[in-house]
Amino acid sequence: MQEVNNFTPNIVAFCCNWCSYAGADLAGSSRLSYPANVKIIRVPCSCRVNPMFVLKAFQQGADGVILCGCHPGDCHYVTGNYYTRRRMSLLFSFLNYMGIEKERTRVEWVSAAEGAKFSEVMNDFVAKVTALGENKRLQDLRVKEE
Amino acid sequence: MSELEKRIIEKAATLLAGGEIKRVVGWKKGEFIHDPSPATFETEESLKDFIYNDFCGANLSKYLIDIFKREGKTAVFLKPCDSYSFNQLVKEHRIKRENVYVVGIECHGKLANYKVEEKGITGITSEAHEGENVVFDTLYGKVTASREEVLLDRCLTCKGKKHVVADETVIINDYEDKVSDRFAMVRELEAMTAEERFAFWQGQLSKCIRCNACRNVCPACSCLKCVFDNPQSGIAAKANDDTFEEQLFHVIRAFHVSGRCTDCGECSRVCPQHIPLHLLNRKFIKDIDSLYGEYQAGEEAEGKTPLTSYTESDTEPNNVFTVTEGK
Repeated sequence: MQEVNNFTPNIVAFCCNWCSYAGADLAGSSRLSYPANVKIIRVPCSCRVNPMFVLKAFQQGADGVILCGCHPGDCHYVTGNYYTRRRMSLLFSFLNYMGIEKERTRVEWVSAAEGAKFSEVMNDFVAKVTALGENKRLQDLRVKEE
Repeated sequence: MSELEKRIIEKAATLLAGGEIKRVVGWKKGEFIHDPSPATFETEESLKDFIYNDFCGANLSKYLIDIFKREGKTAVFLKPCDSYSFNQLVKEHRIKRENVYVVGIECHGKLANYKVEEKGITGITSEAHEGENVVFDTLYGKVTASREEVLLDRCLTCKGKKHVVADETVIINDYEDKVSDRFAMVRELEAMTAEERFAFWQGQLSKCIRCNACRNVCPACSCLKCVFDNPQSGIAAKANDDTFEEQLFHVIRAFHVSGRCTDCGECSRVCPQHIPLHLLNRKFIKDIDSLYGEYQAGEEAEGKTPLTSYTESDTEPNNVFTVTEGK
């Protein structure tokens, strides 16, 4: 785990059941490490992720949100991730427009065979968010534990 | 009464007299010249309250969602930008095209009440466009203001004088089609740092009183059940509203209409706090244009919207900023 100024970011990763979640599993069974502060939420398909989920994650204290799904063309439900791609491109670009740094959000395609990529992506994402520091802009201060 | 208004009222009377059309949707006189409200007129006598002036900013398309279901045919007066919303609603199966008779009417840009008020113009008895100015006749004499000072933000970047749908039109003066850059302010915001943008939006959105007027007036917000009406949504709070909830409300509102928003600017017009809400919608429009090709919602009454379709070669999310920011 990388730490700067003793700050450990909270990362929420939405992983699709068919590819990325299995990819995370493979990373584990291959003994490839990824930061323990990545909290994985399993979703049936990446297109299950409603923009509200992303915003709620930030509200509840996430410092970064990453969305992982099957590679375009490989979706278990055939077209799900094509819609995700458009939706999340627009949403993340919009959040950046509202002042939420673009480094805090990311979409990655991780297949069930890409355990190594999963670990790499998570390490990289955590490093970037750590460098940015705490997310104060979308956080609900009332849920903060002191 | 202006010549245009007279012609429109005559048109309404002829339509009602024809028998086929049971009601006309238009604007009704308020207490003052500057507070007309949308209304339906069912008889020729009731047309004495009909009004059409530069304060008639309301987009009548959304009212048709309920009205078209009544017995018989309904006629409606639409300004050029309202006709886009009408088409979009037809596309979403919220209005049956054959139940509505559309009369396209002339528009020279509508006035923003609060801007007129801020200029200290009161007691208005009539107003008229004269070139680049608007001339108000008031109880205290004539007052002239430049269009830029008193027009609604959306009208300053008018998207054109063409009706995309109309069974007939009432246009007296052919006037030039002035289209200016509507994304100028969006670009300005994009050029700021994330911190500055956040400060800008926090400043704007913290004025929000969560009256939901922007949602209620929006022709694209026509869901029977709205996510914001769900008490479990976590955004129903008003008393202990915080920054997050304001942001969330506006992010979700804009996201839900993305790809369907015709940029009619009603959200900004009705906002009692004068938040430039159209800048949120325009960001989505701009991104859609640059990522998935130019798209004007409501131009066609058929086909798919950008967010309900895809191509296999869409831009990868990680490259989005390279495309949208031109970097």
